[in-house]
Amino acid sequence: MKAKRTPILKNPGVQTLLASLLCIVLGLVAGYLVLLVINPAGAAEAITMIMKNYLKFTRQSTLLKNMGYTLTKTVPLLMCSLSVLFAYKVGLFNIGAAGQYVAGAGAALYCALGLHMPWYVCFIVAIIAGAMLGIISGALKAYFNVNEVISCIMLNWIMLYSVNMLLTPFAPAGMPETETLKKVNPGAILPSLGMSDVFGKTNYVTIALPLAVAVAIGVWVLLTKTKLGYELRATGLNKHAAKYSGMREKGNLMLAMAISGALAGAGAAMYYLTDYQQWGVTQSAVPGMGFNGIAAAFLGGLHPIGAIFSSYFIEHISGGGTFVDKTMYCAEISDLISAVIIYLCGFVLFFRGTMTKLIDRFAENRLAKAAAKAAVTESKEGENK
Amino acid sequence: MTLLIQYTLMFASVLMLVALGGCFAERSGVINIGLEGIMVFGALGGALAMKYLPEGTPVVIIILVPIIAAMAVGILYSLLLAVAAINFKADQTLVGTAMNLLGTAAATVIVKAINTAESVDNVSSIVKYISAKKAFIVNIGGFEYNWFMLLAVLLLIASYVLLNKTRFGLRLQACGEHPQAADSVGINVYKMRYAGVMISGLLGGIGGLVYITAGASEWQFENGVAGFGFLALAVMIFGQWKPLRIALAALLFGLFRSLSNVYTGFDFFMGLNLPSNVYNMMPYIISLVVLMLTSKHSRAPKAEGIPYDKSTR
Repeated sequence: MKAKRTPILKNPGVQTLLASLLCIVLGLVAGYLVLLVINPAGAAEAITMIMKNYLKFTRQSTLLKNMGYTLTKTVPLLMCSLSVLFAYKVGLFNIGAAGQYVAGAGAALYCALGLHMPWYVCFIVAIIAGAMLGIISGALKAYFNVNEVISCIMLNWIMLYSVNMLLTPFAPAGMPETETLKKVNPGAILPSLGMSDVFGKTNYVTIALPLAVAVAIGVWVLLTKTKLGYELRATGLNKHAAKYSGMREKGNLMLAMAISGALAGAGAAMYYLTDYQQWGVTQSAVPGMGFNGIAAAFLGGLHPIGAIFSSYFIEHISGGGTFVDKTMYCAEISDLISAVIIYLCGFVLFFRGTMTKLIDRFAENRLAKAAAKAAVTESKEGENK
Repeated sequence: MTLLIQYTLMFASVLMLVALGGCFAERSGVINIGLEGIMVFGALGGALAMKYLPEGTPVVIIILVPIIAAMAVGILYSLLLAVAAINFKADQTLVGTAMNLLGTAAATVIVKAINTAESVDNVSSIVKYISAKKAFIVNIGGFEYNWFMLLAVLLLIASYVLLNKTRFGLRLQACGEHPQAADSVGINVYKMRYAGVMISGLLGGIGGLVYITAGASEWQFENGVAGFGFLALAVMIFGQWKPLRIALAALLFGLFRSLSNVYTGFDFFMGLNLPSNVYNMMPYIISLVVLMLTSKHSRAPKAEGIPYDKSTR
């Protein structure tokens, strides 16, 4: 007898992919409806702009240049989403990726602008800063039973104000942003290895891009193919069981938060050390990168490779938002679309459940029909006898 | 000094209202991280009501209409959480985070659309409500008494009575502690949790309105509510999910929060010569320390954050 094949639609990976695509489509539809309500005249054009982003340019050099900008911004988002998903696999909701990202940015820029360090030192210090902050949240949970969501939220704000304070001396007097690296310390800019020439001399596309992809693969290997990853996931699933089987559950918890924080901190270094953006020393809201990382992580089906595509997608539409007709709409429309998409990601489990149920019902119906048919033929045969 | 008291009372009112909202949601078993987003939407509802009320409307109406608008919008927005968390068993932290992002993004889009429709050059996200705001304030010898302070006290008493002295409140608490047991004696857990989340929407919405009218007479919606929703969560935990303790915690946090606004008026604080960022950080550092000291004996509702599934009874 032939081994029973599970239908392709029942494969969890395929289901997650379909669910994510459904979230994206619904999110875009929601955005389109909002645009229609605001002003029906340009809605169709605006939503195509958001989806096209740099593809709207016909000249190749401009197109590549703008593509470079989008990729530069994808890197930190990918790192933040890896941070969130790593923690999530260990049973922790790292809403503090935002704060760890801020810590990384502060550390990297302080080393670059204040101490005039070369890029690799800045990079490593940023990773350490993110990891330290992660350890604080981890230790608070392990030893003081403080929910990591709450401690992370508090640390986000503490870091924002600390970094503002730390970097204020490096902003030119009266200016809201820190000095550019190019002017103060060009040695702190991440090397580009000729990649910036490919992207229309963008200057912002650096080794950060291939590095981030490599880290994504590394996270996947760590989580699924190593003993450490297995232990961390086991601790996440049931910390009492992990302790019972001889794992150091408190140590694992802090280690997981440290790795998660390091990822977010590295992400900040990979962004601010490209000189694409400077730190605004008077900003009064925690940068959204860490929160968008949550979006990218869930949209990517909590899989490191999925995160690469989902991060790119989110940056693609938010870049597209800047091209909408400003006399009618505003760029925040893409934030709205991503927010709707994250909200819908909460329903992924439900989507998958429904999908499985529908497939089962379909299969059942078919079996029932076949059985009924067989019964009919049997009874006919009986009559003939 | 009067300024310090005034700001403390205002901020404490905001934190208390929002924390009470969080308390109702969590007591029913739903974690509401989305309070920040609810506040933004409540604030938006109230601000737009104040903006569109014609001049010369009686004071009572100027006061009541924005409050009702803020409550209504807050409740509507909280339904996003209720539907996802109660009916679809979604991850409550994820949905809450999404609501926070959506709150600021959607409010900015809405306000900018209104502003741009009024005049093409106006691309700001600011709503002005100068004349309407005056109705809320009575000046008593330099102390700006605000009607919201009275409202906050009334709602505190109402919350205390509702949660601890009525059949509804006790049933609500049962749903947060042991929903299976509550269901077995005929309480509809889903309905109770809907009620909890909607009350949190109502209180969070008013909190948002109080917050934006506390200092300014216009509000830039791009800024959201600057982390007050999160601070309120800390107040709620510090208050151990009990209304009266929440009120005391809110006063303490409000005091520290208001210091960052008014510390320049005190010779003592000026003498310390600390940057303003330190005062901004203060409430968060204190809440972290407090959480560290109190969380070992946390009295959090036992079933919070766990979607209720009838079949697991």
